[in-house]
Amino acid sequence: MKISLKALLPLFIFLALGIAFAVGLTKDPSILPSQLINRPFPQFELPDLFDETQILDNRDLQGQVTLVNIFGSWCVACGQEHGMLMKLAREKEIVLFGVDWKDTREKGMRWLERGGNPYTRVAFDEDSKLVIDLGVTGAPESFIVDKKGQIRYKHVGPITEDIWEHDLKPLVLELEQAP
Amino acid sequence: MRMRAVLIFGLCLIASALAFAQTPSEADIEQRARHVGKSLRCVVCQNQSIDNSNAPLAADMRVLVRERIRSGDSDDEVIAYMRERYGDFVLLKPPLQANTVLLWVTPLGLLAVFLIWYVVQSRRPRKSVELVPLSEDEQQKLQDLMKKTELPS
Repeated sequence: MKISLKALLPLFIFLALGIAFAVGLTKDPSILPSQLINRPFPQFELPDLFDETQILDNRDLQGQVTLVNIFGSWCVACGQEHGMLMKLAREKEIVLFGVDWKDTREKGMRWLERGGNPYTRVAFDEDSKLVIDLGVTGAPESFIVDKKGQIRYKHVGPITEDIWEHDLKPLVLELEQAP
Repeated sequence: MRMRAVLIFGLCLIASALAFAQTPSEADIEQRARHVGKSLRCVVCQNQSIDNSNAPLAADMRVLVRERIRSGDSDDEVIAYMRERYGDFVLLKPPLQANTVLLWVTPLGLLAVFLIWYVVQSRRPRKSVELVPLSEDEQQKLQDLMKKTELPS
């Protein structure tokens, strides 16, 4: 029996669409490419969460490799991540700089009292000032900043053991070797 | 003396007019901010503009848009400011550029292909089917069949 190519056309179209959808629909649309990789961390001046008279700025990110972590007491996924951040702080894997986003001071502080505070410093960003400059779309999001204050990596979503070991740690070790 | 007073008065008028021209009125700012806000995507909810989204981040972005306009940015500068931080994604209408050519051209291309196909098809002369009358033999067979299938009355 001879099948003409024309008759198979719908099948080909179906397969092509199937492949296109299989690729397109399984991508997470909330993960956007960051504009900021290899660019200096945006200039900021934000009050400390625990002491509003103290102002934190870019100098707090100079001289060491830092993990800047955007969180908020309202953020469910941040709770999942918190244990991992505590572990990183305990084992002194990296300096953690927290940004408490769209929160109240009271709730932010209570959150860190209850779950422990893995951060060396916590900036309080009530009006998304730094968050918008960082192009953040949701919490948690994390940035790895090198010793010179340049953004080198962005991770959207909670940091898990797996992500730390495979994606973040190798980069952090490399950046720590750099002068 | 009087001359000088007039001159100073005139200068004051000009200065105030200039100041007025440089700082846009609140209503003006609001109108421009809404216009800009309509073209910026709320990055949390993704298919709404920041102008009609209830997300807290969209609210902060709206405030920021107004701040930028108040500080003298043009509409395009405000949009460029957001684009620098969030990338092309923050624009609700994708710009025509190398990586979006396919997106813009495909519908037009498909339309053109269809039109060409249609024109070609409609111009092509229809194949006429030649009718061959039944031979006498076949006529006979047909008659026989008709008789057989006739219902008994």
